[in-house]
Amino acid sequence: MGIAMKKAGNVAEKYGRDAKLSALPSERKLNVGYKTKEKGLTEALVREISDVKGEPEWMLKKRLDSFAIFKQKPMPSFGPDLSRLDLDALTAFVRPKGKDAAPTSWKDVPPDIRKTFDVLGVPEAERKFLSGASAQYDSEVLYKSLRKNILELGVIFTDMDSAVKEYPELVKRYFMTRCVPAKDNKFSALHGAFWSGGSFVYVPQGVKVPQPLQIYFMMNYPGFGQMEHTLIVAEQGASVQYIEGCSAPHYTKDSLHSAVVEIFAGKGSRVRYTSIQNWSKNVYNLNTKRAIVSEDAVMEWVGGTLGSGVTMLYPCSMLVGKGARAEHLTISLAGEGQVKDTGAKVLHMAPNTSSRVVSKSICRGGGLVRYRGLLHVGKGCTGVKASVRCDSIIADRKSIAETVPVIDVRSDDAIIQHEAAVGKISDDQLFYLMSRGIDENEAVSLIVRGFIEPIVKELPLEYAVEMNRLVEMEMEGAVG
Amino acid sequence: MALLSLKSLQVSASEKEIIRGISLDVGEGEVHVIMGQNGSGKSTLLSALAGNPKYSVKGSALFEGKDLLALKPHERARRGLFLAFQSPIEVPGISLASMLRRAYAARFGDEMSAAEFDKILQAKSEAMGLARSFFSRGINDGMSGGERKMSEILQLSVLEPRLAMLDEPDSGLDVDALERVGAAIGKIRKNGMSMLIVTHYARVLRSIKADRVHVMHMGKIVASGDEKLAQKIEEKGYSWVLQ
Repeated sequence: MGIAMKKAGNVAEKYGRDAKLSALPSERKLNVGYKTKEKGLTEALVREISDVKGEPEWMLKKRLDSFAIFKQKPMPSFGPDLSRLDLDALTAFVRPKGKDAAPTSWKDVPPDIRKTFDVLGVPEAERKFLSGASAQYDSEVLYKSLRKNILELGVIFTDMDSAVKEYPELVKRYFMTRCVPAKDNKFSALHGAFWSGGSFVYVPQGVKVPQPLQIYFMMNYPGFGQMEHTLIVAEQGASVQYIEGCSAPHYTKDSLHSAVVEIFAGKGSRVRYTSIQNWSKNVYNLNTKRAIVSEDAVMEWVGGTLGSGVTMLYPCSMLVGKGARAEHLTISLAGEGQVKDTGAKVLHMAPNTSSRVVSKSICRGGGLVRYRGLLHVGKGCTGVKASVRCDSIIADRKSIAETVPVIDVRSDDAIIQHEAAVGKISDDQLFYLMSRGIDENEAVSLIVRGFIEPIVKELPLEYAVEMNRLVEMEMEGAVG
Repeated sequence: MALLSLKSLQVSASEKEIIRGISLDVGEGEVHVIMGQNGSGKSTLLSALAGNPKYSVKGSALFEGKDLLALKPHERARRGLFLAFQSPIEVPGISLASMLRRAYAARFGDEMSAAEFDKILQAKSEAMGLARSFFSRGINDGMSGGERKMSEILQLSVLEPRLAMLDEPDSGLDVDALERVGAAIGKIRKNGMSMLIVTHYARVLRSIKADRVHVMHMGKIVASGDEKLAQKIEEKGYSWVLQ
């Protein structure tokens, strides 16, 4: 793996969105100025971040406690090799210069940053059906606007830093407490100490948010550790869809993305969290995403991880209330030098809970995709139904697809289904499409598109188009 | 000059010889029918001509005077060669419409918007009495045998090849489906499209008139004639030809 990571730089020139950005004059990449902070992860930095943000004492304490845990915790004992990740070399906090408050309209966003968004094709997704949108530029939220109708419903959608000040009671109650405590793992502890930015969504009882809430994260600083925090609270009977996209131009230095997403789906609520990850290929993408799902609530995770060098991501649904339901729909793609250790965790902790996991992964050019899943049914949880389906396409002989499903059932009458299928791109399908006049590259990308279609169709149109485009670029020249 | 001209064509798959030297000319506008028992090599011949990479081919195959064997499957298709599969392959998640739009653009160099192309599809499907929902489904995904065969014929009618190779268009169909597929092929044939049809039964010839009928056995053409040959096989079986 170490060798593979070293090659990642060249790959990025060849593939994907990075190629587009690397074609830009270099000064344009960097002409957003930064107040660069000292490198290394120290207690002094924790204090400085909290101070710069003007945080209340309780949040500083939370950060310091997390930092203490971070220092003690070992690195994960499973999964990809992280030995090349040099945490001390990371810059944990930067902010664009010359800016005090988050602008509230697209016009207020600095032109340079707007241009970068243009290059990334963000505005298409952003402008079209934006009800509420904010985009995070590095760790600061730069743009947010909310339609009045949503505010009138009592919905809160703001950046996490503002939420700490404006809604301290809510944040204190939910922020890294029951859902993802700092002690969960090394990276959640790191996150607890250095988190910056992210979004806070609060939907009051019975409110159904009519449009999806969207945010776009960008990492635009080399050797950066981006750690945004997303907290979504849906009260009883509420419903909300939240979508985030992320990307980063390519830098020669390794960067870290270590986000935490916490979701509280109240009784009878419905929450859908969608994310499209397309970080550049030298980003370590190590996240903790979890939802606590109450009685009769429905939690849906829809996601695609395309970019990054190493990704470890296992969104988790804790079904704590009777009749709660979780759906996990994911696409993972690993090209040259990429390791995707992704999956889903579903903990059935109450009777009559149900879940469905569908994972589609594709590897090519020596990439490694590994489905790592946990399905747990607790003692006395009767009437549980769960299904896991993971399919992989291996495009060539250099690439590897693995499945590591753990199923732990402690209840007698649970109905559990597990299906896994691993295959190469079918010669029959390829020949069939080519016999219609479609060339090999296009045929491959059509087949792959068809393979991921059950998940792509769950995405809003703009994201579906983006997803197909990215996969198509990735698969170019994949076979033959 | 014949549209398709085969000379001493040999086809093998993993070292095993399946076609052992076939010479055949299909002229412009002609319909040739190949009959023969299972395993005689009929389907292999069509699949190899379409460029299936699992076969290695020796001898010569000219299409419009050009060397067919040097071309990849998609290049053959773009020049106007079409294979209607005996068992059409499922490609789930991709609609027939979106695949056909690409195929159409590749064949005629005419890039159309989905809406424009939809008009063409509509006209063709109406002519064949097919429901519109047919196009939005995944390619051959969850379709009955009859629907798959109709899908192949529909694709054929949209792509308007110079030479249509039909591999057992009549197999596995009930009487009604057989009627519909036969009528659809007959309609397409009316505009003079050249065809090379593999079949077990002379029945398909009720809707299409064959110029030549060939019988294949053990990888070779052992008899050629006109439609009477097909009728005779229908009545007496193959054994008399093979003796």
